[in-house]
Amino acid sequence: MRIHQKTSYDDDLNLFKDRYQAFWYLALIVGAVLLPFVIDSYYIGEVVLVLIWAIAGMGLMILAGHTGQASLGHAAFLACGAYMEAWLNNKGVSFLISFPLAGLFAGVVGAVIAIPALRMSGIYLAIATLAMGIVAEDVIVLAEPFTGGVSGTFVGAINLPGLEIDRYANPSAFYWLCLFVTILVAFAYANLLRSSTGRAFVAIRDSEVSAKAMGISIARFKTLAFFLSCFVTGLAGALMGHFLGAFNYEAFLITVSIQMLLMIVVGGMGSIHGAFFGAMVVGFLPQIITLIRQQVSTNAVAGLDTGIFAAILVAIIILEPRGLYGQWMKTRIWFELFPLARRDMFRRHKSYLKTERLK
Amino acid sequence: MSLFVAENLSKSFGGVHAVDGVSFEVHKGEVFTIVGPNGAGKSTIFNLISRFYDVSTGRMLLDGEDITHIRPDEVIGHGIARTFQNIELFEHSTVLANLLVGRHSRRSANFLKNLFFLPSVRAEERAHRHAVEEVIDFLDLQAYRDKMIAGLPYGVRKVVEIGRALACGPQLLLLDEPASGLSVEETQDVAYWIEDMQKDMGLTILMVEHDMSLVAQVSNRVLALADGKPIAIGTPAEVQSDPRVIEAYLGMEDAA
Repeated sequence: MRIHQKTSYDDDLNLFKDRYQAFWYLALIVGAVLLPFVIDSYYIGEVVLVLIWAIAGMGLMILAGHTGQASLGHAAFLACGAYMEAWLNNKGVSFLISFPLAGLFAGVVGAVIAIPALRMSGIYLAIATLAMGIVAEDVIVLAEPFTGGVSGTFVGAINLPGLEIDRYANPSAFYWLCLFVTILVAFAYANLLRSSTGRAFVAIRDSEVSAKAMGISIARFKTLAFFLSCFVTGLAGALMGHFLGAFNYEAFLITVSIQMLLMIVVGGMGSIHGAFFGAMVVGFLPQIITLIRQQVSTNAVAGLDTGIFAAILVAIIILEPRGLYGQWMKTRIWFELFPLARRDMFRRHKSYLKTERLK
Repeated sequence: MSLFVAENLSKSFGGVHAVDGVSFEVHKGEVFTIVGPNGAGKSTIFNLISRFYDVSTGRMLLDGEDITHIRPDEVIGHGIARTFQNIELFEHSTVLANLLVGRHSRRSANFLKNLFFLPSVRAEERAHRHAVEEVIDFLDLQAYRDKMIAGLPYGVRKVVEIGRALACGPQLLLLDEPASGLSVEETQDVAYWIEDMQKDMGLTILMVEHDMSLVAQVSNRVLALADGKPIAIGTPAEVQSDPRVIEAYLGMEDAA
């Protein structure tokens, strides 16, 4: 186990604890960049999907994991990004402009949704966002000139200056683009968490009363959380649109919203890592199930994926409320402290203090 | 000179007059304590000052400026910080992060700068970190700096609450029962800190407290409330010996 002696305030501000940690993250990024040279292009497509889910997961994590505002309708913002990107792309707008605009559109819609949502919390907010998600499906169908209605819409290749990226023609380039966006979002997210904005979000999550007393404007920061969350989800939606090539409202059903929420719960609420772990589960699990099933029988079994996924989810909620990231941390700490007795270290703390909240 | 003035403050919930025509002045640099039996309206006064409740009638002045109708999140910007009787810390953050939230009102970077952690943000964060370290040093919280609140003992949480309120560098500190639930030794620590805050930091402190030995030790003046109405004001000794205060606490003495 390495003991790191902090010798300046910057040790608390830096992204990485020490240079070893920085090295491992750098190694991870280098490995990710070199991935297309190692594995088959079919699997690259699967990895791209995981990256897109990770971006979407980070979007939802800002809102649900760090600001404490559950959203059961986040697929609607995925749709905002996807349709905006498709519409602008078909008009010949450069990706450099259309991509941020797609995010911005989703973000603004999210901020508008936030206004009524400010008055709600907990289960009521969950119900309201669920309703919004259902309404969004119909809105997509009704907004036919913009979305292509029931039959949906096509989206062309990504047009960057001097470069066209098509998912099938050059999968590696599309992968690198998604990787770049993922790293950028993760970097910005980490920055947010180590500055006053992120602390304000967490404060609102843990105690609105004292957040207010500390000078945090609840309305402003909840709206900001909705905006940032939906912005990032919109970016994921835009990439999702290019990944699918052609899509209609069925790509953004309410089940997708629920899958997103499950993803961050399985991954681990309240951590950026959780979004990535969750995305890996959502992205890879169906593939793994298919591979295993092919060994056992040739017949497809309807609902098998969903069933296994649900079972894993139930197991995680009961056994490991902090998700896969929590399990990962525990395993690491166990190895770091190996011969020492640490069985009671992660037992759930009994809380002897419940505060009566001012409402 | 008066730092804080409450003029004829009243707050009613339906037909219940929780606070009924309370006026008092807190002088700059003094420790002013409000005492009274349960339900006397002490905490309501704190919630009026924090603007969690709207004042029914009356007004509040800080340094001559009317603060009766400002937003709750603007209160700390006027230099009024508070603690909570029932500990309202951010449970799933470290002590350090909790104290840093106390610096929120002093931030200048907007979220766009934060997203990219520009050099100006880093410089600002260093300054916040330094201010917080001074609080940690003052309250002897070094051992708990990186600990999660959720795992801390009650006594330490009370101290972190005080630290979070101190972190913003307030001029008026509202302490809502700082010694409730503390051991004798911990209460004595709180008494020393209050004295230090008053003498070294030049803070003005408005406190609600039940522990009369603490009140007598640190307060310059005491206001006694009963049923939302002021019944006595003066030095701790005067208020403690006031027959109306004794009556409020112990009930009517035999008339004969």
